[in-house]
Amino acid sequence: MTGQRISGGPVRGSGANLRRRYLRDRVMLGLVVLASLAVLVPLLIVVWYVVSQGLSALDWDFFTQDLGSPTRAVTGRPTGLAQAIAGTLVVDLTALLVAVPVGIGAGMMLAEYKEHRLNPLLRVLNDTMNGMPAILKGLLIFTLVVRPSGTFSGFAGSLALAIVMLPIIARATEGALTLVPWSIREAGLALGLPRWRVILAAVLPVARPGLVTGVLIAFARAAGEAAPLLLTSLGSNFLPRDPWNPLEYLTKAADTLPQRLYSLAVSPYEQWHAMGWAAGIVLLLLVVVVFLVGRLLTRRDH
Amino acid sequence: MRAATPKNGRRVGDKVFLGLLTVTGLSVVAIALLMAWTLGRDAAEPISRFGFFGFLTGTRWDPVSGQFGAWPFVLGTLITSVAALALSFLPALGLAILSAEYAPRWLATIIDYIVDLLAAIPSVVLGIWGILVLAPFLRDRVYQPVFEWVLERAPDQAAWLGNPTGYGLITATLVLALMIVPYTTALARDAIRLVPVEQREAAWGLGATRWEVLRLAVLPYARGGITAGAVLSFGRALGETMAVAMLIGNSARLPLTLFGPAATMPSVIVNEFREAVESLHLAALMGIGLYLFLISLVVNLLAAWLQRRLAPGNVGL
Amino acid sequence: MADPAPAPRIRMETRGLTVDYGNGRGVRDVSLRFEDRRVSALIGPSGCGKTTYLRALNRMHDLTRNVTVTGAALLDGEDIYAPGIDPVNVRRRIGMVFQKPTPFPTMSIFDNVVAGLKLVGVRDRDRLAAVAERSLRQAALWDEVADRLRSPAARLSGGQQQRLSIARALAVEPDVLLMDEPTSSLDPAATRRIEELVGELKEQVTIIIVTHNMQQAARISDVTTFFLDGEVVESGPTDLMFTNPTDERTEQYVMGRFG
Repeated sequence: MTGQRISGGPVRGSGANLRRRYLRDRVMLGLVVLASLAVLVPLLIVVWYVVSQGLSALDWDFFTQDLGSPTRAVTGRPTGLAQAIAGTLVVDLTALLVAVPVGIGAGMMLAEYKEHRLNPLLRVLNDTMNGMPAILKGLLIFTLVVRPSGTFSGFAGSLALAIVMLPIIARATEGALTLVPWSIREAGLALGLPRWRVILAAVLPVARPGLVTGVLIAFARAAGEAAPLLLTSLGSNFLPRDPWNPLEYLTKAADTLPQRLYSLAVSPYEQWHAMGWAAGIVLLLLVVVVFLVGRLLTRRDH
Repeated sequence: MRAATPKNGRRVGDKVFLGLLTVTGLSVVAIALLMAWTLGRDAAEPISRFGFFGFLTGTRWDPVSGQFGAWPFVLGTLITSVAALALSFLPALGLAILSAEYAPRWLATIIDYIVDLLAAIPSVVLGIWGILVLAPFLRDRVYQPVFEWVLERAPDQAAWLGNPTGYGLITATLVLALMIVPYTTALARDAIRLVPVEQREAAWGLGATRWEVLRLAVLPYARGGITAGAVLSFGRALGETMAVAMLIGNSARLPLTLFGPAATMPSVIVNEFREAVESLHLAALMGIGLYLFLISLVVNLLAAWLQRRLAPGNVGL
Repeated sequence: MADPAPAPRIRMETRGLTVDYGNGRGVRDVSLRFEDRRVSALIGPSGCGKTTYLRALNRMHDLTRNVTVTGAALLDGEDIYAPGIDPVNVRRRIGMVFQKPTPFPTMSIFDNVVAGLKLVGVRDRDRLAAVAERSLRQAALWDEVADRLRSPAARLSGGQQQRLSIARALAVEPDVLLMDEPTSSLDPAATRRIEELVGELKEQVTIIIVTHNMQQAARISDVTTFFLDGEVVESGPTDLMFTNPTDERTEQYVMGRFG
């Protein structure tokens, strides 16, 4: 069926129309760049402020002295955030100890036993927990641990942070394991290995970088959380009697950097504000380093 | 060549392993269910006293007299989250387009790193910058001048402006918008990258400019991921606690003024938690936690559902 | 009784066209002429460069990095690679249909067909409707979709989607239509419809088609060019190419000895 050219002439790109389209093309690119700068510039401003304001307070005392009462800082006596740094280390690492086995286990469950009845529920709930505000996780541990035990404690804080880390680790584990080609499992099974050995000895090593990245990212996320800690480990202005004993931090109220930063920032004391900025530098460094390491790991393996 | 373990031993090993994994899986399930249960249980008193919707829509929050209504905080949460989403959406989409379409590989990698870093910045760090830098700046350069201007020209309008301390809805929303950008950007960027090259080529082949290819072929195809990203950002905004708590002024009154103090559901929990000695007060805070939980749940499920529904494989949207 | 055939007018021509991917693959020094109102087929084994060459004809390589195109490609005597020539306009005058049917899935059938027209600035709804009908008729799809133009294009079958893609390409009234293995993802029935279509379309538009199916080339084309390892081995009238090729390599390929 041959068609006729309709009257009105063949369609030609007229000069004016084309010029308008190219103009629009350029304008849109400009808008896209502008929009991006609207995000990138404030970010740079924030980082610049944190570094420039906090650097001067990052002295030896900062790492070795505890905070004490406000008068200490106001009258210029030695003060620092040693208790927060130590508390952060103990609480965060304990959280890792709890979250990593459970998270990797749940991720393995989802990835390697796809047919299991638990999985649909597990996946939905895991994703749900991933999106839950961290403060709710703090409320949960407050109800389940702090109230019955009668005291705020670093361990309660660890549990709350563990719940923050858990869904991230589970998801990353599932992702990393799923990426491992089926042929590896087949090879293991063909050798006569039982399923669990195939997973642990053949699949897991291949997926390890992805797993480690997941753990690192989860750690970085949890390390910056303050809300759940305000409800569980509460905080402390002083180093424990035995600052080298982790149990001191875990069994009593413990100070952590994010929660302390909050307190310092909302306080009316300028000296405490300065230390708040410094705590910001430490947190930023922690987060950035962990993130970069995680990224480098995944890069290297591609 | 058989493995050395006898068949029974292999089965036991598998059973134990699966058992361990099931325990971990059940733990996750248990945590989620426990959260719902404890919040519901602990909030029982105010909810039974004021009614589920009565407590939700009650406008008076007065710990002293024992009157609790969550509406000021629900309203504060909704206003800040919706406004933050509206403010952040186009810049976040712009970043995604820049990274996925326009930028050369090396620049796109840098942009992606920066966006991920933005997501990783702790809320308290943005909070301290907000308190010590942004709030005073806005107060001196924006809120105060506007307030004085209105005071002069139309003094009767000053009421709805509120007291320009620098801490309030606007300041909190600005920082919140910055914080939720990465979630939209990440999902939008991935969705844009996933658009098949044939779709782009079809548009190129028709004689489209770069922007027209985006408009015709790429963005419509990626709209599922883009929308899911926006909903995810909204979900994060709802639950964002620290920066908002530090910048919103924390008043239990309805957020009816532009410059005046307000509060959100997470911010009131964190702020009044220590002072909530009396059990009804604490239970009321738990009740707010419950509402927050429910809203978050709905929004997160919506985001997951949307991403599936709007994928180009599905017709009809 | 046939009208005396008009003197063959050269619509497209390449002179020494070379596409370099930087790794050795590509096409080298291709000089071919494509006559108006003819179907020209490009055949050859996988990787011989026929698709690479085809894509150079509407400047699709502009969008790929690390590719250099040298030589000239002339449309009605004008080199489309000359500085100052607008590639957007080039692609409107030289349309392309791809291997996989690619309707825009979020759009209706109607919106798909007129997508290219709207780009060029046509807004008048009557005009759009008229062109849509004409193009869909040309693509032999009108009867099947006339009553559901507003329904989503994604609901069509593979063969229908490909005809829709053809209609979309035709709507902007190109001078040349490039087809890159347009039937390789379709079933035999759909393939046959498209082949009939090509025969009808050549009256309005010059067609250059890449195909890995020799029988298809023999069925539908007037002129065939055989590519091997990035170069043209032989080019000539289809019936001659298949019955009495000059080059031995052509003969071997046509007889089925190559991939």
